[in-house]
Amino acid sequence: MKVFIYPTNSLILSDLVERFGHQPLAMMKEIRKKVTDLGLDSPPMNMTPDDAKKGLKYAAIEIPSGVRGRMSLMDPLIEQAEAAIIVEDADYMFGCMGCARTNELVKYVIRTKGVPVLELKYPKNENEAKNFVLYIKEFLDKLATPEKAQLAPEPRTEVKK
Amino acid sequence: MPEEEQITKMVVISDSELPSDIAISAYKVSSDVTIKETCYGLMVTGRRQEVDKVVNAVRKLAPTRIFVKERGFPPGDSRRCRANRGGGPRPGFHQLKEELDLLPDIGKGLVLVERGSKPVPIPEEKGLPVDTFKKIIDEEAAKYGGNNTQ
Repeated sequence: MKVFIYPTNSLILSDLVERFGHQPLAMMKEIRKKVTDLGLDSPPMNMTPDDAKKGLKYAAIEIPSGVRGRMSLMDPLIEQAEAAIIVEDADYMFGCMGCARTNELVKYVIRTKGVPVLELKYPKNENEAKNFVLYIKEFLDKLATPEKAQLAPEPRTEVKK
Repeated sequence: MPEEEQITKMVVISDSELPSDIAISAYKVSSDVTIKETCYGLMVTGRRQEVDKVVNAVRKLAPTRIFVKERGFPPGDSRRCRANRGGGPRPGFHQLKEELDLLPDIGKGLVLVERGSKPVPIPEEKGLPVDTFKKIIDEEAAKYGGNNTQ
């Protein structure tokens, strides 16, 4: 199953999802498509004005193009997502206003998409880290066997720590 | 052709393993990939099938201490490589460093997964009650002759 991860470039989440037998939908794949493309439309990162237009799917025209451009990068990930793991309060997610608003919007879009979502807090110590791994394992196992799953009747599942 | 696409995967070591030892093990698996040794582990570049083969073999060496993620930029890319940047860490390293510090604890969690443990809810830490906080303020203010009537 394709699992959207947030933070979208997290090593830990990407590794755990792959390790437990699912496919992580991470930002790195989309970045690779952009930066290794043979055509250089807009060096160095190949983000073009068209990307900001693609972002109109999620945000109105008056929203800064930075947010819309970022959303256009995440669009394929959101489209493919069959489940999601959202981790809040990661220290390294601190960034500019464009990043912050994009992050808010991505989380909102995923939560309203109607796929199973696991929400956790970023672990700060050993016990929290252990629980973090166990919660993710439990969630991904339920995804693997939907007929036996103990998921709630509505598609969304939340486990908060 | 998706089979022919070149990808890069980062192999990150969380504990006392040496990147050079891991690199030697990786070279034994396949000669169709490019392996670059770094301070945190390895970068493996090549066709997806070959890279996955190498990465899975390497991961088996120490399943709870070796972590893998895909990387967008190829190794040595001038937009990221430190050689052309005039010093300083490359973009993205700070995040990797932050996660590296947590990897030993994540590894301990993976050991628990192998043992079949279940998560135990941890009670959330509560903040200081407002009344207690007010009392402390009043006490401190009284020491310096402040107004404690508010």
